[in-house]
Amino acid sequence: MYVIVVGAGKVGRNLGRELISKGHEVTLIESDRGRYLAMEEDFEHAVQYGDGTELWVLERAGIQRADLVIAVTGDDEDNMLVCQVAKAKYLCERIIARVNNPRNHDHFKLLGIQPAVSATDLILRLIEHEVPRYGLVHLLALEEERLEIIELEVSADAPVIGVKVSEISLPEGSLIISVLRDGSGFVPKGDTVIQAGDEVLLVLDPGLEEAITAYFAPNGTRAGA
Amino acid sequence: MFIVIVGAGRVGSAVARSALAAGHEVSVLDEDPLSHERLDAGQRDSWEEEGGLFTVGTALETEALVEAGIERAEVFIASTDGDNTNLIISQIAQKRFGVQKVIVRVMDPARAAWYRQQGLHTISPAEYAIASFEQALEVEHV
Repeated sequence: MYVIVVGAGKVGRNLGRELISKGHEVTLIESDRGRYLAMEEDFEHAVQYGDGTELWVLERAGIQRADLVIAVTGDDEDNMLVCQVAKAKYLCERIIARVNNPRNHDHFKLLGIQPAVSATDLILRLIEHEVPRYGLVHLLALEEERLEIIELEVSADAPVIGVKVSEISLPEGSLIISVLRDGSGFVPKGDTVIQAGDEVLLVLDPGLEEAITAYFAPNGTRAGA
Repeated sequence: MFIVIVGAGRVGSAVARSALAAGHEVSVLDEDPLSHERLDAGQRDSWEEEGGLFTVGTALETEALVEAGIERAEVFIASTDGDNTNLIISQIAQKRFGVQKVIVRVMDPARAAWYRQQGLHTISPAEYAIASFEQALEVEHV
């Protein structure tokens, strides 16, 4: 995959390095001369000097053949513009934009720039979803699909201990997808028996957390604690 | 007409003043309170005494735009010193607030041209400067 990353600050630089190590072809574009020079030794031809919101700079980097354009500068207007141009002018299939100020999220949405990723939002979501008293960890929230994946540690007093998976009548809209036991994970079968200390991964409709917790950790020990 | 102008630099403030003098209602939004002085400079009466409005803030803040009166604006002018800022906020004015007439200052002729194709009314000062220089050169060659 050919990836153009606009903005080689901390995020862009590390993203670039990761993508290269995964075998992708990457061009980083950095407008700060000093920062560019400092990176050149490390990244060689994979970093270019220029303002990534200038069309000729994007064209020089080969945006016409880019599979993915990632805009991670510290300026939200610049990130929006890069993505808008990448998508609408250069018909780039995938874009990813960084949102610096979460209050600008609506603007990204308005201009059809998705996904727009904000570190602040990600952390806030983690904080909101952290429910320590239940021993439940949110692993993934698929907002558009209205699904969540959670992890629970089975506490010593859980009603499901010693019960076969096929015999646990979980609420509608929830499913056990994996069990982690003694350091390894497996997909449970109908005759898998749940044990205390198991870590159970479930996929569920949002809002079922409390009901599910009652099965696996009624008094709420922390998962992994 | 009710005109909202974002960015009161040399261009924005001059346009604001002439629009006010022409009898329009003009509201200026700028992040720098000092830019207010540019509106007053060389005038007998202050910007507000003349009937102008001024709000401190940036156009990416929806509250600032609303305070500046964007919801009833008939014309929106983006004339900050940032091309990308102007291009983004003018689309916000158009798409979120439905402002009928949106005029955008874009220094870079390439971006000005492309966004013009997309239906934005862009004005590129650099294009004018280039044309003026070319014309001046021709005159001298004659």
